[in-house]
Amino acid sequence: MNFIQMIIPLNITKTISDWIYSIMPETAASYTIMVVIAVAYLLLFAVAGLYLVLLERKVAAWFQLRIGPNRVGPWGLLQTMADALKLVSKELTSTIKIDKFLYNLAPYFVIVAALMAMAVFPFSKQFQAFDINIGVFFLIAISSIGVIGILLAGWSSNNKYALIGAMRSGLQTISYELSVGLSILTMVLLTGSLQLSEIVEAQRTGGWLILQGHIPSVIAFMIFMIAGTAETNRAPFDLVEAESELGAGFHTEYSGMKFAYFFLAEFINMFIIASIAVVLFFGGWLSPFGITDNITWFPEVIWFIIKVAGLIFLMMWFRWTFPRLRVDQLLTLEWKYLLPLNLMNLMLMAIIIWLNWTI
Amino acid sequence: MTDQQLKNKIKTEEYFINMGPQHPAAHGVLRLILTIDGEIIKNVEPDLGYIHRSIEKMCERDSYQQIVHLTDRMDYLSSHINNVAVCLAVEKGLEIEVSDRVKVIRTIIDELTRIASHCLWWGVMGMDLGALTSYFYAFRDREMINDIFEETCGARLTMNYNVPGGLMFDIHPNFVKRTKDFIAEFKTKIPEYNLLLTDNVIFHKRTKGVGILTREDAISFGVSGPTARGSGFSSDVRKHHPYNAYDRVDFKEILFTEGDTFARYQVRMMELWESISIIEQLIDNIPEGETKAATKAVIKLPKGEFYQRVETARGELGVYINSTGNKNPYRVKFRSPGFSNLSVLNHISKDVKIADLVATMASFDFVIPDIDR
Repeated sequence: MNFIQMIIPLNITKTISDWIYSIMPETAASYTIMVVIAVAYLLLFAVAGLYLVLLERKVAAWFQLRIGPNRVGPWGLLQTMADALKLVSKELTSTIKIDKFLYNLAPYFVIVAALMAMAVFPFSKQFQAFDINIGVFFLIAISSIGVIGILLAGWSSNNKYALIGAMRSGLQTISYELSVGLSILTMVLLTGSLQLSEIVEAQRTGGWLILQGHIPSVIAFMIFMIAGTAETNRAPFDLVEAESELGAGFHTEYSGMKFAYFFLAEFINMFIIASIAVVLFFGGWLSPFGITDNITWFPEVIWFIIKVAGLIFLMMWFRWTFPRLRVDQLLTLEWKYLLPLNLMNLMLMAIIIWLNWTI
Repeated sequence: MTDQQLKNKIKTEEYFINMGPQHPAAHGVLRLILTIDGEIIKNVEPDLGYIHRSIEKMCERDSYQQIVHLTDRMDYLSSHINNVAVCLAVEKGLEIEVSDRVKVIRTIIDELTRIASHCLWWGVMGMDLGALTSYFYAFRDREMINDIFEETCGARLTMNYNVPGGLMFDIHPNFVKRTKDFIAEFKTKIPEYNLLLTDNVIFHKRTKGVGILTREDAISFGVSGPTARGSGFSSDVRKHHPYNAYDRVDFKEILFTEGDTFARYQVRMMELWESISIIEQLIDNIPEGETKAATKAVIKLPKGEFYQRVETARGELGVYINSTGNKNPYRVKFRSPGFSNLSVLNHISKDVKIADLVATMASFDFVIPDIDR
């Protein structure tokens, strides 16, 4: 009972949980509630993903002197819903001589990995489904699973373009995983905790971590954003699906809902990267300068969303202004520049903490 | 299993992929058969014919006025320049001297066409390299030129404004004002282009030292236009064999000696400024005069061969007409810049990555109907 109350702060959810407990035995009720929460999360992120797609289209339109979707619903708000409906109702086509089992399995790897990572995010103090003490480690571990799906998709599609795209994806994700991990590690050094809610709480006193850690924090943030963009396979690192070279890369042969899984996963991954950055560098749900700390009814999740939206906008900005890197330049950037810089940065951070120079 | 056993067991082999005929980087129905080792290109074999409409054969059927229409459909981005080429060849045969007004108007519209073509090329170059926004910037500005064309010529792409002997009709009264407005506006846009793409460090990495074409290769493969001038081969027909009013304007032939993709890019970007300068020199003093020399309704060229070369946005276009004195030509041959430029692609794209081939192709500025005709 206590656990449920902790994760569901709003009264309406409490009412629901009370009602479920009143009609069935306690064990059954707690399982039922877990399922309800899981379904709620799924819906939440499906919708979040869809609206990120819409946001991307709108942002792209603003960058490109266009208006963007504006026909379905007011300001095109229902556009992506209509698109999703279309994709669900489409026939699933495939080429001949595919590896059927892997071909069908691949999209689920990608989407499930993306959704699982969502479970540990601290949207606000109470709004966190799964507050484990190795939250950061869990995130890094889970986010690496997605690449298996991409590799399987490219391999099983019986398409040379898809295969090249998948192989590039393998190169890219494995390389940039290091930078993501190391820049997160730099920040973990500072907080001394892997638990996401504790990392956020550590920023209540002493300011956000990007300020607490001086220059190493800023460098870690920059590296994290670069590597994070690379890990979500977005421009300027979108070699995996470079349309002018490979058609559509690894998902060339996918259609309908299976394509939609890949598409949605990209946007949810973007959300994940931005969320990690917000938690690690920008104080999670905490308000800037504590301006809403005394307002008890103020939903702190709003600050979280605002910060995430800001970083997502930054990533969209990258995408719509930069050309694409070549595959060897991509690896050079990681192994010759980012990784050594990151290691030095980690040392610097350790020295700063050792000398107690943090704010 | 030891390493040696593994090596014996696992072999790598080259494979081929079809880049095209439907491929985003081909900008049309060009099919390249790539032999690839991993991601390294070993051989590029262009396969043409997917948009062959036998324009040269159709020319033998048509009268000289009708041939002009067909040339619109070759290099559709330089359609006016193609029209002028045929008209000049026919005028040469008829020994007609067109009025100064016609010459100047043809030159202005030629240069506007060149700007429009280079705009589109710039947008597509960015898109091929993954910077999608450049496409929309370029189309915004190209739209203004298309509006000018629409008003004066009645069409936006396949203008068909020329007839042997002059222009189909006089320019629209708004033409001068709108062209000046466009020039004033466009001058502020080119720095924007540079901010967005030219000065980008990733763009430099992707283009510098990529697809190097030496001057010797450019000459021996018959490469022309901005592609050749990026390799230091002075091949501007406007300079060497002036036609229209090019002998009375002052402009520079842009030459770069690096021969890489970035050099070709810079040639085109600087040609935009040269085109602006040419238009500015002419737009204020378009001489008065008739817009069409008197020709017979049925044009019959005297027996013989006539050749005219012009500089399109992509390179040298040659029009060869062999006449037997009838109302139809005996044989028409177009020397299109795209075909010759394509021939060098395999030579300079060996042992590069797929992404480099895309960048090189983008800098060559292929228009597929021009290659195939």
